[in-house]
Amino acid sequence: MIEVTHLHKAFGKVQAVDDVSFVARDGQITGLLGPNGAGKTTTLRMLYTLMKPDRGSVKVDGIDAATDPLGVRRRLGVLPDARGLYKRLSARENIDYFGRLQGLDPATRSARIAELSAALDMGDILERRTEGFSQGQRVKTAIARALIHGPTNVILDEPTNGLDVMATRAMRGFMRELKAQGHCVLFSSHIMQEVGALCDRIVVIARGRVVADESPEELRAQTGAASLEDAFVKIIGSEEGLAA
Amino acid sequence: MNAMLVVFWKEILENLRDRRTVINTLLTGPLMAPLMFALIINASISRELAKADKPLPVPVVGAEHAPNLIAALKRSGAEIKDAPADPEKAVREQDADMVLRIPAAFAKSWSDGEPAQVELVYDESQRDAQGSVARLRGMLEAYSQQNTAMRLVARGIAPSVMRPLAIAERDQSTAQTRGGGLFSMLPYFFILGVFIGGMALAIDTTAGERERQSLEPLFVNPVRRSTLLAGKLGATVAFAFTTLVLSIIAFSVAGQFMPIDKLGISLQMGFYFAVCTLLVMLPLVVLLCSLQTLAAAFAKSFREAQTYLSLLMFVPVIPTMLLSLFPLKTQTWMYAVPLMGQHVTILRLLRGDPILPEQLALCVAATSVAALVCVWITARIYASERLAISA
Repeated sequence: MIEVTHLHKAFGKVQAVDDVSFVARDGQITGLLGPNGAGKTTTLRMLYTLMKPDRGSVKVDGIDAATDPLGVRRRLGVLPDARGLYKRLSARENIDYFGRLQGLDPATRSARIAELSAALDMGDILERRTEGFSQGQRVKTAIARALIHGPTNVILDEPTNGLDVMATRAMRGFMRELKAQGHCVLFSSHIMQEVGALCDRIVVIARGRVVADESPEELRAQTGAASLEDAFVKIIGSEEGLAA
Repeated sequence: MNAMLVVFWKEILENLRDRRTVINTLLTGPLMAPLMFALIINASISRELAKADKPLPVPVVGAEHAPNLIAALKRSGAEIKDAPADPEKAVREQDADMVLRIPAAFAKSWSDGEPAQVELVYDESQRDAQGSVARLRGMLEAYSQQNTAMRLVARGIAPSVMRPLAIAERDQSTAQTRGGGLFSMLPYFFILGVFIGGMALAIDTTAGERERQSLEPLFVNPVRRSTLLAGKLGATVAFAFTTLVLSIIAFSVAGQFMPIDKLGISLQMGFYFAVCTLLVMLPLVVLLCSLQTLAAAFAKSFREAQTYLSLLMFVPVIPTMLLSLFPLKTQTWMYAVPLMGQHVTILRLLRGDPILPEQLALCVAATSVAALVCVWITARIYASERLAISA
């Protein structure tokens, strides 16, 4: 479970995140939705302790990120916005490197790699060097290395960014599978259909603030809009930065 | 500790797979310097040797005015040639090393017992011609002294009257110390090798990772950034140190083939030299590698990092330049200055001069402290928030 309370973060004069609070529960998919530049990535970066909040707190399974950042990172599997691979290493070596950094023993590592490779359907690329991988193959490898230690909480920053239709479908299936296994899945997106189709709970962020925190149905009912898309536009107050 | 080794071995493996890095570390870094050095030494030695043995071509204007002088020059090994039409221009444009001009009044002055003037046209700034000019001047002076003696004897005066002072030179340089002078650029080449060896990894492990967007995912792992840095720095040091060891070996081997004994000098390039050089260079390798990593951490991109590191490469030239411009007597404080300490130590080792154990210790200790400070600063930079953010 991920609990975020009253997060603030400013870069110079720009208030990137302004009093953001929400909870992402186990066994649920929570979507962080907002236009480009709304503060989604900055919020997530504070969650996985890459950045320190100016104010507010982050708790993962009850562990405070401010006092025990390593403990928090151990309980998180993160696909950040940056998802570069080591191109002179094979996909397996890329994943294994993160497994070693997590302190896993060799038997666990190879068992987990087999598991993830089956779940993400990457058997044919596992032994290849990642140079020249397609966008989809890169994302698969990046997700596998992020989840090598079987974390309870999974954070995905725009996981379907740049993926084609088939890869996007596969990614959504994978996220549902994580949910079914009881993981807490938190992902950010600016694509409404995706959020509407996947999420148990939607946290809408605009200009650094939480403007809605509901289930998709509640969101529609609250705004009186017929479709989710209209609901978003109403909440955010403009159509800027949203993609269908 | 374990995570540090994981990072260390991953960086080693990944960079060993990069052909360009491997070539730089194992070939270019260690070999470029000794090869360049061997070329310079060989060229200068063979030129010196060639000049001393060969007859000296001397263009002469007005040779017909002093047949005796010309005959004497020919006996001393000069090869008299026709002078170019404009001697000054020919010398300025390096068509001739020098030109000897004998005025028409020469014969009259000579027979009157007046100083007979000859003109030596040359260009002092032409280092290449200096040897030839000195040889010709020597021949002229020898002829002059010979005639002085004959004139004195003809007047019944002992020639020794003209020499109230006799200078006896006692050169205290040994074959070793003369070699040291010639090899004073050597420490710089070792340091340059370390630079080339560490450069690729310093850039790749920090600026490169950030540009390839793999630094942020790496930092999400439950490992302290200082531990990650230690592994990366360790790998950089390992590559740079490999380059250093190879360049010392390459120098020793190249030294065998250099005809340095023809100049009457010899150099200490044995086991003791290698061990002491490695000892004083080890903390310097750490210092330079962490300086490189620090510079790469500040750079926004791979290219920018390359620019910074190329500029950084000029830093080790400073003590070499200072010591060749102001040839100071080696003093103990010099060992305490990183780079200068290594420079002085390596030079003294080469020349076979004694180095006190405490001077060696001072050099190692002072550079180690500097290296630790630099590593600490780099670790602080590594801990900063903006380091991981690529865009």
